[in-house]
Amino acid sequence: MSAPAEETQKYRDHEGPYFGSFGGRWMPESLVAALDEVEQTFREAKQDPEFLAEVHRLGRDYTGRPSLLTEVKRFAAEAGPARIFLKREDLNHTGSHKINNVLGQALLAKRMGKTRLIAETGAGQHGVATATAAALMGMDCVVYMGSEDTRRQALNVARMRLLGAEVVPVDHGAKTLKDAINEALRDWVASVEHTHYLLGTVAGPHPFPEMVRWFHQVIGDETREQILAMEGRLPDAVAACVGGGSNAMGLFHGFLDDPEVALYGFEAGGDGVETGRHASAITLGRSGVLHGARSFLMQDEDGQTVDSHSISAGLDYPSVGPEHAYLAETGRATYEPVTDAECMASFEMLCRTEGIIPAIESAHALAGAARLSRKWGAEGEGKIIIINLSGRGDKDVETAAEWFRMLPGQENDPVAETETAAKTGDESPSPAPETGVQA
Amino acid sequence: MSTEATPAEPSTQAPKTGSKTAEAIEAARAQGRAAFIGYLPAGYPDKETSIAAAIELARNGADVIEIGVPYSDPVMDGPVIQQATTEVLARGFRLPEVFEIVAAVVEATDAAVLVMTYYNLIDRMGAEEFARRLAEAGGAGAITPDLIPDEAGAWMAATERHGLDRVFLTAPTSSPERVAQIVSASRGFVYGVSVMGVTGARDQVSDAAERVVNAARSAGAERVCVGLGVSTRAHVEEIGRYADGVIVGTALVAALRDGGPSAVAALTAELTGAETGR
Ligand SMILES: Cc1ncc(COP(=O)(O)O)c(C=O)c1O
Repeated sequence: MSAPAEETQKYRDHEGPYFGSFGGRWMPESLVAALDEVEQTFREAKQDPEFLAEVHRLGRDYTGRPSLLTEVKRFAAEAGPARIFLKREDLNHTGSHKINNVLGQALLAKRMGKTRLIAETGAGQHGVATATAAALMGMDCVVYMGSEDTRRQALNVARMRLLGAEVVPVDHGAKTLKDAINEALRDWVASVEHTHYLLGTVAGPHPFPEMVRWFHQVIGDETREQILAMEGRLPDAVAACVGGGSNAMGLFHGFLDDPEVALYGFEAGGDGVETGRHASAITLGRSGVLHGARSFLMQDEDGQTVDSHSISAGLDYPSVGPEHAYLAETGRATYEPVTDAECMASFEMLCRTEGIIPAIESAHALAGAARLSRKWGAEGEGKIIIINLSGRGDKDVETAAEWFRMLPGQENDPVAETETAAKTGDESPSPAPETGVQA
Repeated sequence: MSTEATPAEPSTQAPKTGSKTAEAIEAARAQGRAAFIGYLPAGYPDKETSIAAAIELARNGADVIEIGVPYSDPVMDGPVIQQATTEVLARGFRLPEVFEIVAAVVEATDAAVLVMTYYNLIDRMGAEEFARRLAEAGGAGAITPDLIPDEAGAWMAATERHGLDRVFLTAPTSSPERVAQIVSASRGFVYGVSVMGVTGARDQVSDAAERVVNAARSAGAERVCVGLGVSTRAHVEEIGRYADGVIVGTALVAALRDGGPSAVAALTAELTGAETGR
């Protein structure tokens, strides 16, 4: 890793277990030895030139790194005065940033002599990436996925099965990401001898937040180099969607100690934070412990986890990585909610203006950045915002078609309606029922 | 947690600290047997029945009673306990009910009554307030399955102030350094996890259990009780030969589910050997 030698360096390379008052290991004792082993293996691997070379080689030859940095002029023009660039993690093999962390951890798992990978997944992107790595490295793979998510991300379930993974639908609780994590942890407690739990975001017990960030730092490092090469200066702001927060941490990391670069994280606002139906843990601001870390947590007065809601399965999580909680508390980064409706308007706008179909997760960042550009007004002229386009939207086409009421029998059904009405998307989309998908 | 992560001064496990749980286990030892510790979830299937069932535990030979607090994300629990606690939450269970149940069971029995709770429920109320209310209800202390001593600064301080037991878990994979830390942080007894896994009845007692007990004893533990997977009288006898107490959960919860408090009474009597005069 490149190591800037500035003395002002404050946030970069912050090691766990604690980020201010957040992080730690709020975990059953049964898993502590495994966490120690992961940490030890990770620390050694980071110093091993062969490991670093292998991570780099896989990134280049398998993932397709470096990913592009693309200026989106037509999207920016509709959004506001600022110039907008997209960091194209959507172009990675498997279709999202998730692969960066997965390949790294899978290599670590091999180093530890483990033969089986387990993972949780929400949108299915992390599950697909893990199934991919398992196929590539000849390991067994089981992916836990809430049954609500296996339904709304059915395409990714099929992808994982094609890749040879077993997908286990989880029927407890809210049947989404948090419940998939519970089930993966239960598996791990019993299988830890030969199994690595390949956690998919910068959450969970130490060393996961620090380690997952490290494998995603390449996003921020590349972005920094690319924008300096293209524009000769740093951006005014970088923006990313925040579920657990891995794509955001990866991008932020390249700019953490450049105070002139504003950092924006956009949480899933669901139907609006005021409705209680959202996934904006930081905005809500209640500290608690879940899944091994102290962080901000959506919880009721008794400390029971409150179910989150979002049109985006990948952001539908009631907590957030502890380093984000820390960056929020220190004020280094700003976090704001983006509602389902705002997100989908930007989703449609990027499709129409740039010919890029984003993941619904990433569309939260598009909407947040567009709002920022508008808010800047005339002052935003010539300013640069870089958005992490964390994934592509193939998996979301059905959800989007339903949202825009383009499915057979809906009022914008392209077969039933005139072609133009379906295609222009000029009118604002009709508000969707519930989470925007069929119950 | 810079403040919470600082472990409090290690305390001894000796009964002279006023540990109700230690006293109950020592009383069993004086009778030449291992203590029997039974787990039931608070409020399952409803508040009154859960109190009645816990009282049956004590009447039929349980020395220590664990009242499990229903939690939304019970990562250490298998399907039977998950199902029960999920039902309790679904009917609108609120945390203060636990203290009422503890008080009712303490009032009606001589058993030491512990709660078993995931830590966020303590954290949300505040360790100090939770400890105060538990002590006020007459509770002996708490077992915290997802809290390790490294993170337990606030809980150690609060339990110390209120004279409560705090039971940490030690696992087959715990290093000698960690076992030592767990033993010195625990008060009342040390919970030896017999198998790598979640709660649930199993056919056999894992041979790891005895090693876990021995490791804790070598680190100075005076009382080590073994749980996870224990479901028959034969298990209880086997574990009783090397441990100071035997913990049964899932089998009792299934009995309560299928046959109510009288089934809990019958199973407890069978497990403790009470029906044969022990
Ligand atoms: C494309 C994409 N972006 C973002 C996320 C959210 O994860 P994180 O907040 O860890 O980046 C997901 C998770 O599934 C995803 O698939």
